[in-house]
Amino acid sequence: MNAIADLFRKCPVTGLKVDKNAENLIKANAVVAVVFMLLGVIAAFGIVLTRWQAVHLLNAEWYYRLLTSHGLNMLIFFIIFFEMAVLYFAGPVLLNSRLPAPKLGWVSFGLMMLGAILVNVMVYSGKADVLFTSYPPLMADPLYYVGIILFAVGALIVCMLFMATLVAAKKDKTYPGSIPLVTFGALTATIIAIITLIHGALIYIPTLLWSLNLMKMDPEIYRLIFWALGHSSQQINVAAMVSIWYLLAGLTVGGVVLNEKISRVAFVLYILFISMASAHHLLVDPGMGSAWKIWNTSYAMYLAVLASMIHGFTVPAGIEIGQRLKGFVNTRFEWLSKAPWSDPGFSGMMLSLVIFGFMGGITGVTLGTEQINIIAHNTMRIPGHFHVTVVGGTALAFMAVTYYVLPLIFRKRVAFWGMAKVQPYFFGAGISVMAVGMILQGMYGIPRRHWDSSFAGSPFPVQFPDIVNLFQALMGIGGLLAAFGAVMFITIAVATVFFGKEMTADSIKNGESGIPQGVLKLSAQVHQGANVAAVHKEGAKGTMILVFIFLVAFILYFFVNWKILSSTWKVG
Amino acid sequence: MDMEMHSGIVSPEGIWWKPAASQEKRWITIAFIWCLVLFGMMPFWHIKGGQNPSGIRTRVIEADYQARVDRFIKDYQVGTENGIPVVEPPAGSDVYLLGHMWEWTPVIKLKKGVEYTLHLSSVDVNHGFSLYPAKLNFQVIPGYDYGLKITPSIAGDFNIICNEFCGIGHHNMVGKIIVGESL
Repeated sequence: MNAIADLFRKCPVTGLKVDKNAENLIKANAVVAVVFMLLGVIAAFGIVLTRWQAVHLLNAEWYYRLLTSHGLNMLIFFIIFFEMAVLYFAGPVLLNSRLPAPKLGWVSFGLMMLGAILVNVMVYSGKADVLFTSYPPLMADPLYYVGIILFAVGALIVCMLFMATLVAAKKDKTYPGSIPLVTFGALTATIIAIITLIHGALIYIPTLLWSLNLMKMDPEIYRLIFWALGHSSQQINVAAMVSIWYLLAGLTVGGVVLNEKISRVAFVLYILFISMASAHHLLVDPGMGSAWKIWNTSYAMYLAVLASMIHGFTVPAGIEIGQRLKGFVNTRFEWLSKAPWSDPGFSGMMLSLVIFGFMGGITGVTLGTEQINIIAHNTMRIPGHFHVTVVGGTALAFMAVTYYVLPLIFRKRVAFWGMAKVQPYFFGAGISVMAVGMILQGMYGIPRRHWDSSFAGSPFPVQFPDIVNLFQALMGIGGLLAAFGAVMFITIAVATVFFGKEMTADSIKNGESGIPQGVLKLSAQVHQGANVAAVHKEGAKGTMILVFIFLVAFILYFFVNWKILSSTWKVG
Repeated sequence: MDMEMHSGIVSPEGIWWKPAASQEKRWITIAFIWCLVLFGMMPFWHIKGGQNPSGIRTRVIEADYQARVDRFIKDYQVGTENGIPVVEPPAGSDVYLLGHMWEWTPVIKLKKGVEYTLHLSSVDVNHGFSLYPAKLNFQVIPGYDYGLKITPSIAGDFNIICNEFCGIGHHNMVGKIIVGESL
């Protein structure tokens, strides 16, 4: 019995049993994720200060090289390492279970590290100046593709370990009833990840063979299958991010699940339809016809968008009901005005929700409309959009949850607590201002992935209107703010992990600094009694107003874009 | 009967497949109707709208496309600008534009209000056709001929900016379309 007992510790805050192997793997993956984020942030400074034409810091070669590095380190290595930590948390920890085959966890960690290092070595030695997308016939060194493949194989193994954990927990009967919603969300992320990684194998293995001159590669087929990896992996991020919203809603204010059926069906809609979004990148391509484009770009009539609109309602409504159950029942918005806005776990989650929904979601669906893509494809509107989904949404949610992972998993008090309280606002504001600057530039036709928007060396002069300088300044200032916000986060995370003070039962009791309010005093996670039915019946009156404001913004933005489209040349 | 509610980290016990409350149903219904509008706009625009990316889409061998562009230039060249041939094709004809590292060939003169079939292809890597300031963007892929029926709506000089990364000289890849007043 002792051998088994040694495997676990009991969490003094949540009462959960924590497998020590899982805990160590969470720590390792999270720390490495932050290291890759640092690489991405360093590249971000160089990119922002070069694209901002008034500064124009780097030469063309280094601009494109850092752009390649930024995409890979942020979108692949940082995010996926962090997601691996999320899987080790949502599986073994939330289910009170052991982690089967922990050694395999370390093998996959090693493979992913090897892959990520190999890719970085190739990029920084100038052997892979092909940007994140590596569209053939642009070719990188074969070892670059080998690096990506090793990383993907490692991630696939972690997905399998998560699945194995579900089986083990079920067999050991470690939890009553069904798996929690957060674990269910992580499961959907895992299923999407497996689909995505299979597409990754389908495209990177032939590309490796092509780079070794062993087979031919059709550039359009590459684009089709690459984006089944590239875009679908963003849907892993969405599913993981939404799971974290539900997790933090519970931990920070005792937010409830309005209806298990609705939230779970919405997650299943992601699995069924979200992988079709590869089409978003091919709307003005010569390879596919309009019927294919319309059906796929709309995820079969926008069923995955419906899923996001459902979560976009149920998460804030669950928070509202949780707050109302605590007694914040006055007016429509007391639940918001009395919320713990100085808890970075809460503020980061709320900002992520708002930035992802209002900015990322609305722009994404609009850009992904077959005809509207004609006025937007490969302009600055595209990076403007995805920096408010994957950065303002996913990365910010990951930062927010880190403020709970540090005390609950690393058992450390968060360092520089005063800075931590403002960090999500800094980062969220910076990335939003940057994205607005990019989107406005894109509206004027400024291309993405472009070193010199003054076109000094081109055969014909291109003169953009003066107002574009203002939009570039917005992008530059917002980008620097966001990058500094990321540096703040990295500083806090590294200082806490390596030099942070232990969090003990006493430090919780004494309410010492560096412990989020949800850890100091966890809100009730289960509510019973007559009051519950009454609050539920009254409903989320405040959230209803917020989602209608969202809907009006969505309708306006969508039709303004049709109006702009209708004023250009006839084309067909 | 007492009602129980819990957070997303609690394992739900018993049967959780329960009907949604009226508020959730209302929002989901509205959201679904909006999704149908989002979807319906695309087929609607194919019928009623003037801007669609349909095109005449065929595979082409790179050398054949190069030969077709060369013949197009030979037939209709009217001058040269910065070393790039300037071509004025007859109204309503097929127009061939080639993207290659790092130039758009040739410069094309068109007439306002006339429909042309603009062919786009590449002989090396992916390029991006971005007509400034007309806001028309299309992907240019080697091995594929994208034939788009275009009708210039205003006279003036238009730049073709490459907006797909195509190597170290990408940012210098700018071409030109000159639209003259109608006949």
